[in-house]
Amino acid sequence: MKRNNSAGNRIFMALVFVFLYAPILLLIVFSFNAGTSSSVWKGFSLDWYGKLFHNRIIMQSVYTTLLVSFLATIIATFAGTFAAIGFYAMRRRVREPLMTVNNIPMMNADIVTGVSLCLFFVAFFTFWGDFARWFNGVQSFIDLPVRLTMGFGTLLLAHITFNIPYIILSVGPKLRQMDKNLIDAAQDLGCTWMQAFWKVIIPEIKPGIVSGALTAFTMSIDDFVISYFTAGSSASTLAMTIYGMTKKRVSPQINAISTLLFITVLVLLAIVNIREARQERLRASRL
Amino acid sequence: MKHKLSRFAIPYVIWMALFVVIPIILVVVYAFSSASGGFTLENFSRLGTYTVVFTRSFRLALIATLICLLIGYPVSYMMSKEGPRFQRIAMVLIMLPMWMNFLLRTYSWMSILENNGLLNQLFQKIGLIALYNQVFGTDLTFFRMLNTQGAVVLGMVYNYLPFMILPIYSVIVKLDSSLIEAARDLGANTFHVFRRVILPLSLPGVLSGITMVFVPSVSTFAISKMLGGGTEMMLGDLIEQQFLGGAYNPQLGAAISLVMMLIVVACMVVMNRFGEGEEQAVML
Repeated sequence: MKRNNSAGNRIFMALVFVFLYAPILLLIVFSFNAGTSSSVWKGFSLDWYGKLFHNRIIMQSVYTTLLVSFLATIIATFAGTFAAIGFYAMRRRVREPLMTVNNIPMMNADIVTGVSLCLFFVAFFTFWGDFARWFNGVQSFIDLPVRLTMGFGTLLLAHITFNIPYIILSVGPKLRQMDKNLIDAAQDLGCTWMQAFWKVIIPEIKPGIVSGALTAFTMSIDDFVISYFTAGSSASTLAMTIYGMTKKRVSPQINAISTLLFITVLVLLAIVNIREARQERLRASRL
Repeated sequence: MKHKLSRFAIPYVIWMALFVVIPIILVVVYAFSSASGGFTLENFSRLGTYTVVFTRSFRLALIATLICLLIGYPVSYMMSKEGPRFQRIAMVLIMLPMWMNFLLRTYSWMSILENNGLLNQLFQKIGLIALYNQVFGTDLTFFRMLNTQGAVVLGMVYNYLPFMILPIYSVIVKLDSSLIEAARDLGANTFHVFRRVILPLSLPGVLSGITMVFVPSVSTFAISKMLGGGTEMMLGDLIEQQFLGGAYNPQLGAAISLVMMLIVVACMVVMNRFGEGEEQAVML
């Protein structure tokens, strides 16, 4: 098993990576194109980057995408970590059906999740309209809005809903790996159970929380289908803006903004990886 | 201690009830309702008129899944044989494309496959098109690649290949190497080790990989629209049309969604039968 690959195998792997990265490379290259075409090279230029920052639609959708992804990741990480701990403490008989429900948004086709949430929000708004009309009729102190529509709020709710399962799936195994005696030991040494929670459990499962949050954020950024069904017409993520453009012609400004986002992530990941490698080497040299 | 902690899950259980269970119940209710609100089975009987779309979706998704498996399994296996440093970087590289929105990556394929796109330009330069014309006696100026079913399959393979590699890899990499050594000691050659030890043990990863590629492939609507040119309508397009498109009919859309959910449930049942692979697999 530990034997290395033959040259042929390595070439195969390299080809797969070329397949995965060629279109991305192409997008990046053509963000520097002087012409508008995405297949004919007209010379180097930074025009699209300059124009990008004056394009209100694109900047607004980038802002929406980042905001919804950040908020959804933060909320989902909190909620998911607590839920994972709760699940861990449950009896198997109670936990298993709940875990099945938890897996639904992950296993289900995105379009089904999107459609079901869309139906839910519409049904809720109808219900709310009736309620608000009744409520405004019987009293005159508070005036509830009668017409609610899908927008940033529903988008955020949808993102939180599909993010939490990833957190739970990443935190759960870390909890099961944890030595159960640690909690008892902490309590024997005088911790209240709240202290035991913050000082023992959380540090133990931190790697799971971090990788879960990272996955959730990636999923939020990459999502198009669920957002498309839950954002209504008032909010638009970058993916939705791109989709609107693909019907005609995608502006190279989109290439430019995607390049910027991609390079940012690349640099961040490189830093994290180099730091991890360095820490590992340090740990190894100490031993 | 443990008992108290289980309360932590209560908010999320309520959340799931609201945003997972009730929406799905709504889909079921809609699927069995007529436009005026009464109970009906008409939505399902109307599905028969879309048999073409169903078979096309299934065929293309199955082909894409098979190709993903044929590429993804060897890659995962080879990756697991490399050093830890290589493995970590390779994992990051496989996740990384997801940071560029999939619509954009798919759009990039459009400019590669176009009639005057990059591939055709390349074929022209190296004389492949001229050669083809000579051999087959045709007078093509380009190969038609965009707006074909092949392009749709390519788009699916491209977008969902990581979902095949990651679960298989995560199962193979955790295989107990002493099992392989034992098999060797007992006289198995490389082929037999693979066939009798590695392959059966990696089956859970393979199954979840298949599910994770098949489900999004069969339900896609953006890829088929972009690379299929709107002529190759798939189930996803059909659903989208019923909700946001011209043919507004949420009841019919819900019925198709319900069928799709049943497909997913079937996949999950198969997976659960064959082991506990899904957990480490879904976690990228």
